[in-house]
This record gives sequence, C-alpha cells and structure tokens, in this order.
Amino acid sequence: MDRKVVVPGDLLSEDAKRSGEGTFVKDGRVYSLLYGLANYRDKINVIPLAGKYIPAPGDNVIGVVKDITFSNWIVDINSPYDGLLHISEFPKRIESEEMSKYLRIGSSIMTRVKDVDPTMKVELTLNDRKLGLIKTGQVVEISHTRVPRLIGKGGSMISMLKKEVNCNIFVGQNGRIWINGGAEDMDLALRTVLLIEKEAHTNGLTDRIVDFLKTEKGTRS
Amino acid sequence: MIAMDENDISFFKDGLRLDGRRADQLRPIKIEVGVLARADGSCYIEMGGNKVIAAVYGPREVHPRHLQEVTRAIVRYRYNMASFSVEERKRPGPDRRSYEISKVSREALEPVILTSYFPRSVIDVFVEVLQADAGTRTAGINAAAVALADAGIPMKSMISSCAVGKVADTIVLDPMKEEDNFGQADLPIAMTPGGEITLMQMDGGLTREEFHQAVEMAMKGARDIYEIQRNALVDKYSQLEAPAEEVKACE
Repeated sequence: MDRKVVVPGDLLSEDAKRSGEGTFVKDGRVYSLLYGLANYRDKINVIPLAGKYIPAPGDNVIGVVKDITFSNWIVDINSPYDGLLHISEFPKRIESEEMSKYLRIGSSIMTRVKDVDPTMKVELTLNDRKLGLIKTGQVVEISHTRVPRLIGKGGSMISMLKKEVNCNIFVGQNGRIWINGGAEDMDLALRTVLLIEKEAHTNGLTDRIVDFLKTEKGTRS
Repeated sequence: MIAMDENDISFFKDGLRLDGRRADQLRPIKIEVGVLARADGSCYIEMGGNKVIAAVYGPREVHPRHLQEVTRAIVRYRYNMASFSVEERKRPGPDRRSYEISKVSREALEPVILTSYFPRSVIDVFVEVLQADAGTRTAGINAAAVALADAGIPMKSMISSCAVGKVADTIVLDPMKEEDNFGQADLPIAMTPGGEITLMQMDGGLTREEFHQAVEMAMKGARDIYEIQRNALVDKYSQLEAPAEEVKACE
C-alpha cells in the first residue's frame, strides 16, 4: 500500500474526485490539509499524526464530570468542547436535586455523543447498557489519532487484546481507554496499549503485539 | 544604536559578506520538531545566530470568553524576546515592537489556517526568542508554521518567511545583525510555497528596481526555507512507512 508523510499544502493528485478526508481541492487538484500520512486508495485520505479530538455523533467516549448545573452534568471529554449530559439522558428518572447522588464531580463515565450542533454544543447520552459510571478498573489516555490503530481493521487488534490479556476494555474515540481485570492483567494491558500508541505508525503491528504479549506472559509464568 | 559612518564599515570582502556568505545566500538553518512535551505542537529553529522556540496550544477553550467567535477559531500569536536574547539586556515584557510583530505574524499565518473547523475555540501560538541576530520575526514565523503543522492543525499550506536587506547599495538575502543595524533597508516577507505573500514590511528605502530584485530574492530564500521546514517534519516520522488502518467506531 502506498503511504507517505505529507505536510499541509502538498499536492496529492491531479484528480479532484479522489479528494478524501484531510484534503482539499483547489483548481481541480487535491492538496493535503494536514501533517500526516497520505493513504492512497480510491480516495486519498490524510491521517493526522496529532490533533485534538473533535466530537462526532455516535462516538463512544470516556468523560469526567467537571460540573453540575440545574439539569445537566458538564463532562470533560478530552476535547476543546465540553459535553453536556442532560438529566433525561440518565438511564433512570432522577430529580434535579439528586443529580450529585448518581454522578458526582470527578466521576468517570463511559458515554456516547448523541448530537453535536454547528456551534459545537455536544450532547451526551448514557442510554445504553454498555454505557455508565466507571466504578472499577483503570483509564489510560492516548492520542485520539491512535485509536483506529488500537481497534485495528474490523476490530482485530482490540478483540485479540481483550482475549490475550483477559481484560474488559472500552475504547473511547477521544483517546481514553478503560481497562478492567485482575491487577497483573490490567498492568499488561496498560503496557500493551501504550506500546500500540508509541508504534501506531509502523508496519505489521498486530504481529509484533502478539509476540510482545507472548514474551511478557512467558516471563510471568 | 550608535550611528556609524557608513564608510567606516565595509560589508564586503572579496565579493563575500562579513560572515563569508554570497549576497544571495541564507544563513545555516536548523529545525527541530516536537521539542516541548506539553505543547500540542512545537518547533525549535536556528537561523544563523537566531534561536527561537515556538509552541502551539489548541484548538482549546477561549479565555476570556468575550473573545470567542461563534463560527470560527481565533488565532492568538505572542512574540516575545527573552531579556537575555540581545547584547544589552532587554526589559522583559511586551512592548510596542513586540505587539506589532505579534500582529503582523498572526496575520501572516491566519490566511492558511482553517479556523472554520473549530468554532468557539482558540489556537494559541507562543514564539519565544532566545537569541536574536536580525530577522527574528521571520524565524518566529517559520517556527510557528512548523509547530502548527506538528499540532495537527489543518492548513491550506505551509508558510515560510525570509528577509532581504540593502547594504552598501547591494541587495543581500537574510541580513545578519551588522547588516541590519547599519544597512540601508530591511524587507521581511512571508509566503506560501505557491508564492502567495502574506506578510511584507519594509524599513529604509529601495528604488523600484531594487524592490523587485529584493522581493524576487526573498521569495527564492523562502522557498529554500520551505524545503528545510518540510524535511524537518517528514524526518520526524521517517522511520515509519506504514500506519493506521482507517477504522471507524469501536466495540
């Protein structure tokens, strides 16, 4: 596959129809918008190497409650924009006065972006069985640009990881990852996630991670 | 500065300048990307005797709130000279000169940044001059452009900046301190590699012909600098040749 590092303004193609994410068209030619890796398929996409998480509807994210208003929890989602979790989006009906009983300032939650409007008001929801308050386990933070690699093609990497380390893992699109399991398993999962982040841009990563897990487990037993 | 009799100082020796450069030659440039761990993007640049560090934070929430724009991100640029950056200690803090440079530098970079992607946010650029040797604003803009790219901020192109001066009735590229202080003109520009100029200032005087020659020379210098900026960015990830598969959503 043809990939290369590009900087903003690099000419990618003469064919305007091939313009994908991270590119723009000027005078019928496709240029890069970002500093990242150009991915030549039917469309040319530029995958960024850095940048802030910008919420999009449907994203699963991990947030931390940072304030409580009359009917909303204000949630830090590791983005320039705060998330708003309305009281009606809590799985059960609760009174305004009782909000802090359920989610306090500092509580970590697994949540989903319900809607984002053009002024970047971000609405969150907890209405799903997978979502909710985090009571156990650990949360690690990586760059959100590495999340697709952690998940892998069709979820290959993450399902392999879950199986190998015997942990429950929830990946937030905002780069926060919840890991839950035994103390030693969690530690290994954590180190693996950080390794994937560090080497996200290299080839044959899944194989290397499998090897890494094998040797790590070998030394343990 | 002490006014010096222009006949006292000779800017050329055997057709070369005081530091041995030709009239159309840049000073050596070194660029490092990602030098600050806690900034979203950063860059350290050395252009001759100039040593400048740039840091980019953002897009992030705007404080104070009233500066916020509903439809786009605002760009803030702070150019600052360290008190030890010049021979005679500079009184620290912003002054009229640094305000002006901050403004023109911001306006040099803003046209290429896609601010509409990040409504109600701010992109902060901090440029710190650690050592000055004429042409700090151009060095600052070069570093800031690389730092913006490093921060993953979408831009239509890079920006490269370069100055030209006139000394002893000759147009010279990238003047150093002696040429700047005792020269007849100084003209910094910033532009995209495509040749769209986003900054042009001048002090001193040039004839029409000299001006055209100067701009031509500065644009060539800026294009050379663009190549150095580009290489610095590409080198940061050169060891890799294959990255993330594009996958949406999780679970």
